[in-house]
Amino acid sequence: MGATLTGRAIRYIFFACHFERSREVFDQAKTDAASIPCAIRRSTKMKKTLFDKIWDAHVVESIPNGPDILYIDKHLIHEVTSPQAFQELKDRDIPVFRPDKIVATADHNTPTENQHLPVKDLLSRKQLKELTQNCEENNITLYGLGHPYNGIVHVMAPELGITQPGMTMVCGDSHTSTHGAFGTIAFGIGTSQVAQVFASQSVLVQKPKKLRVNVNGKLKNGVTPKDVILYIISELGTNSGTGYFCEYAGNVFEEMSMEGRMTVCNMSIEMGARGGLIAPDQTTYDYVEGREFAPKGEAFEKLKTYWESLKTDEGAVFDQEYSFDAEAIEPMVTYGTNPGMGIKISQAIPVNESKSSGKALAYMGFTAGESLIDKPINYIFIGSCTNSRIEDFRIAANYIKGKQKAKNVNALIVPGSRQVAAQIEAEGLHTIFEEAGFQLRQPGCSACLAMNDDKIPAGEYCVSTSNRNFEGRQGQGSRTILASPLTAAATAIAGKIVDYTQNLN
Amino acid sequence: MEKFITLTDTAVPLEIENIDTDQIIPARFLKATDKAGFGENLFKDWRFDHVGNEKEDFPLNQEKYHGQVLVAGDNFGCGSSREHAAWAIKAYGFKVVVSSYFADIFKGNSLNNGLLPVQVSPEYLSELFKAIEENPQTQIKVDLENQSIKLIDKNLEEKFDIDAYKKMCLLKGFDDIDFLVSKLDKIKAFEKQQNV
Repeated sequence: MGATLTGRAIRYIFFACHFERSREVFDQAKTDAASIPCAIRRSTKMKKTLFDKIWDAHVVESIPNGPDILYIDKHLIHEVTSPQAFQELKDRDIPVFRPDKIVATADHNTPTENQHLPVKDLLSRKQLKELTQNCEENNITLYGLGHPYNGIVHVMAPELGITQPGMTMVCGDSHTSTHGAFGTIAFGIGTSQVAQVFASQSVLVQKPKKLRVNVNGKLKNGVTPKDVILYIISELGTNSGTGYFCEYAGNVFEEMSMEGRMTVCNMSIEMGARGGLIAPDQTTYDYVEGREFAPKGEAFEKLKTYWESLKTDEGAVFDQEYSFDAEAIEPMVTYGTNPGMGIKISQAIPVNESKSSGKALAYMGFTAGESLIDKPINYIFIGSCTNSRIEDFRIAANYIKGKQKAKNVNALIVPGSRQVAAQIEAEGLHTIFEEAGFQLRQPGCSACLAMNDDKIPAGEYCVSTSNRNFEGRQGQGSRTILASPLTAAATAIAGKIVDYTQNLN
Repeated sequence: MEKFITLTDTAVPLEIENIDTDQIIPARFLKATDKAGFGENLFKDWRFDHVGNEKEDFPLNQEKYHGQVLVAGDNFGCGSSREHAAWAIKAYGFKVVVSSYFADIFKGNSLNNGLLPVQVSPEYLSELFKAIEENPQTQIKVDLENQSIKLIDKNLEEKFDIDAYKKMCLLKGFDDIDFLVSKLDKIKAFEKQQNV
């Protein structure tokens, strides 16, 4: 690790002085370049976005009229999208090229009860066993079920300090965009690409276009990061980001905690963007410093100097840019079957004549023009890689404290990792949840995608803090309403959807 | 990887927008550790009701529609990165998916599995749906070399874009792993240079 980190610092200086400039600028400057200090020479380079800076520093080679070979600093894997990739390498008799740059966890299909017992579902058990075998055979670090570091891949990697600014990261999971909260280029890949990274620690990928979303102003009381991203997606639509990498900028993101930034970046894929990122700042450094696999001491300071350069240059050009006013945002809920079908909790479902919209409303059992307030809800889920960090549970517990869930409600709380679960206990939040009648489970992806037993029954609504409201996502026939942990908590107490902002000071 | 050069066949229309990969292959079928058998679970919950009976109104269940071309509504393949979606479509028997927009990850996954995503204009997509509805036996020709798609009876053709490198891979049956392994020396040199 030490060598890698020192190397990164060296890379910065190397790139800043020699490579970051275009050939044209280089030619102009080369006559007297040797005599001027590095910092001054840097000022003549092309204006770059945060995304460009990280991307360009990781390009091994650009294929003419084709993709770039992009070097990957950290590859995260899990049980569901890796087995066929390991098999691909075996079939070709190719070794895993850089096993020390891969970290594995078990999260997607794992049970959230009795994790100390053998997994009941035979197919899940087989998939987990293959992950263990594959990691053993290839010298890959695995934080499997029961390990103190086990958890949802996008929760455990940041909290262990595996995720660091300036990195390139991939995982066979579309919510890899989460790690962009640290100022990393992080994106989801398919299993063929997982195999590519196994074989070469690189991916072949076209450089995406650049998008910036600015949110400035003061958020209203009770508006959380989840509401901010659901609002952005509802305004822009589910394919607005396709072909782009999105930078989130503005004081709203600057003032957010790392947990909040992760919630925002997590859902970049729900507007089609391959990833989202936020420039690292003091909040980022404070979060990373001291974590298990974060650099320590002098190494940390050196890297921090590099991280401080990871900001979009003033005047850098984006292919697309949108700006929103923070005060326009309210607590959000979705009413349809894609994350773009969202409304402010106080609004009515819009009228849309399209065939697809009609299909979505029919599935959800809603009609255009109606409000969701007072809709009876029997299930709530607080969890998933979007909202299962300690801050999410603090917000929920703060609202729930001293109250009881409504009798009709099944309320499921699933921490994102063993470490989050331990923190919930340490802070006594578990008592609040238990006394209020909520079920606190063991960590995993759980009812976000319902690969395990945590399913919402057909026809039932679930107010869920997860990221997708697709048909059947939480179980066959289930109807998902995406919302923040605060909205989910308020729904559980009331037994129906309520506008909790009415009760806030 | 299987080569793709040209294909002429009938098509199955799926006039729904934003078809996500959870519909293409629901998560409960992702527990397999090999690539076999996903075809039978393609669009499982749209093809079958909860007791396993075929839903008659779903195009894949209608006898009049068949062929190796799937024509789908805008923003096809959004959502999860599961490559199982591309495997399921391929295993079911499709070789081409046509839409006016594809989600990034799905598009990449398809190209890595010899399944050709053809992105057409919204107008041309409407023409395709119309032609298939009028005559389900309508023949569609997809020519990768010329990057063109054609409604043969109507003599209505449109060009489509594809990354030059990916086009070469499909035409020749090469895949990215072959290519990247051939670049390992360069990748090692990059690591050394960056002191990674």
